[in-house]
Amino acid sequence: MRPSAVRLLNILVPVKRTVDYAVKIRVNPDQKGVDLNVKHSMNPFDEIAVEEAVRLRERLKDEVKSIKVVTIGPTKAAETLRTALAMGADSGIHVEVPDSAPPPEPLGIAKALRAVIQREKEGVDLVILGKQAIDDDASQTGQMLAGLLDWAQATFASKVDVDPKAKTANVTREIDGGLEELKCQLPLVVTTDLRLNEPRYASLPNIMKAKKKPIEKLTPADLKIDLTPLLETVKVTEPPKRKGGGKVESVDELIAKLKEAGITPVKS
Amino acid sequence: PHALVFLEHREGVIDSGSLSALTAAQQLGGQVTGIVIGAPDQVKGVVEKAKTLKGLNTVIHSASEQYAHSLPEAVSPLFEKLLGESSPYTHVVSAHSSSAKSILPRVAARLDLPAVSDITSLEHDASSNATTFTRPIYAGNAIATVKAPSSLRLKFFTVRSTAFKAAAADESVQAEEQTVDPVEVPNLPTQHVRTDLTKSDRPELGSASRVVSGGRALKNAETFNSTLEPLADVLGAAIGASRAAVDAGYADNSLQVGQTGKVVAPELYIAIGISGAIQHLAGMKDSKLIVAINKDPEAPIFQVADIGLVADLYQAVPELVEKLKQ
Repeated sequence: MRPSAVRLLNILVPVKRTVDYAVKIRVNPDQKGVDLNVKHSMNPFDEIAVEEAVRLRERLKDEVKSIKVVTIGPTKAAETLRTALAMGADSGIHVEVPDSAPPPEPLGIAKALRAVIQREKEGVDLVILGKQAIDDDASQTGQMLAGLLDWAQATFASKVDVDPKAKTANVTREIDGGLEELKCQLPLVVTTDLRLNEPRYASLPNIMKAKKKPIEKLTPADLKIDLTPLLETVKVTEPPKRKGGGKVESVDELIAKLKEAGITPVKS
Repeated sequence: PHALVFLEHREGVIDSGSLSALTAAQQLGGQVTGIVIGAPDQVKGVVEKAKTLKGLNTVIHSASEQYAHSLPEAVSPLFEKLLGESSPYTHVVSAHSSSAKSILPRVAARLDLPAVSDITSLEHDASSNATTFTRPIYAGNAIATVKAPSSLRLKFFTVRSTAFKAAAADESVQAEEQTVDPVEVPNLPTQHVRTDLTKSDRPELGSASRVVSGGRALKNAETFNSTLEPLADVLGAAIGASRAAVDAGYADNSLQVGQTGKVVAPELYIAIGISGAIQHLAGMKDSKLIVAINKDPEAPIFQVADIGLVADLYQAVPELVEKLKQ
């Protein structure tokens, strides 16, 4: 009698190339967007997602069969895939969007990811991605993907425990006012919060190795999806400037200013 | 227009974020229906409260044990049923809360519709049936104006609660009430295990009129609490924290103020030992009066502070508390 087949995990990590978190954002004078001729990096939450996938393999060893990273973006998004491969992912998929195309919306991205998942021969058991991208701050893609696939979802994760044999995951989520723990059946979409882990820096040997890892190139047409935005961005403007810079020299002065502003202590 | 507003509740109380969402929904200029979902023992009391909210024409509610923890997998099918092709609604509105932002995008995607997150203003043009929103992007360093055209049969959006006043109750109004049968999901793929809410007697961070926030300079959890609590007490303020302070374990994650934490806009925000990274500023720069105490005169927080004091916080804060008490 053959032993029952152990289900091995195939993990997909979608990543996005965004303006680096430390860059000071400048709105273009034409009000069509922000200056994108600046340093870009992997969306920090997606870095946490890649790290989590790699740590799952470190914990579960051979039970994690594959870690695939996928990005939907312009030519240069391939660099972001290489970063993920250097962190420990096995292979990449680049759904290439023309550099001149408007940035796709979360719904378009979720449809692209669904199409990518549906063409994976062995299927996907776990999708881990950032809870939001630091450019559009939408925080929608993971939830939309879970909805399209009718999968379980666990957003804003700060702890993920996967049991491959039971095909379940216990996920602790950061919710308003505290924490919540869920037990989810695989397949599952997890979105990462800040405190899930601290991503590693890729070592030089791993960066070299990553150059040889395979990246498959696809187009939206290959996936039969349309990434045309459904919402119209009318304009992008500067936020109202705050006039700060006021200084006081002492606590007494500070209290005088507070009083001036009508701030008084509460009666205890 | 006819908006469906998701009214979230906890321990029998409607969330203040949902009350702000209700205010935003009213600005569409049409009918407003509220929806209350929960376990049978939760729903009844909340519906009675919801019926007295100003600006609500109708309150619909659905109760099931499956709805006790607002799991998106459980709640989504109910929304899908209510929002099908023959639905009377034109807009679906919620707070940008951790629960609603888990549910709404899932529902929108299942209906093949996009969603607009975290809006700070809106304008509906009834003649063209288009709704235009503003929303912060890049951690609030730019503001996008986004138009949802008439081709979108339903317009989904979540609301930044600090940008809209909370809708008030008015005991003299009584909205109409309708029961909706729950949609039971067989073999729910997710089970709720536990919820740990941070207990506090202080005002809720997101809606407090005064906030005292601490950063990495507070050294550890003990000094964080022993330094900030007396000041928060004397001012009747909520306590907040920078990401650095939360990451270092000085404060609970639910207290984080910033791009990825809570966005606050109180009357008074006091930043103590916070340098003012752009991600933190994103969460508090709309506060009415900003006070910063930091020993580094170059800290970026001073650029947004109305009242800055360059001082050692361990001397300045106790002195401030003492003198405020007098």
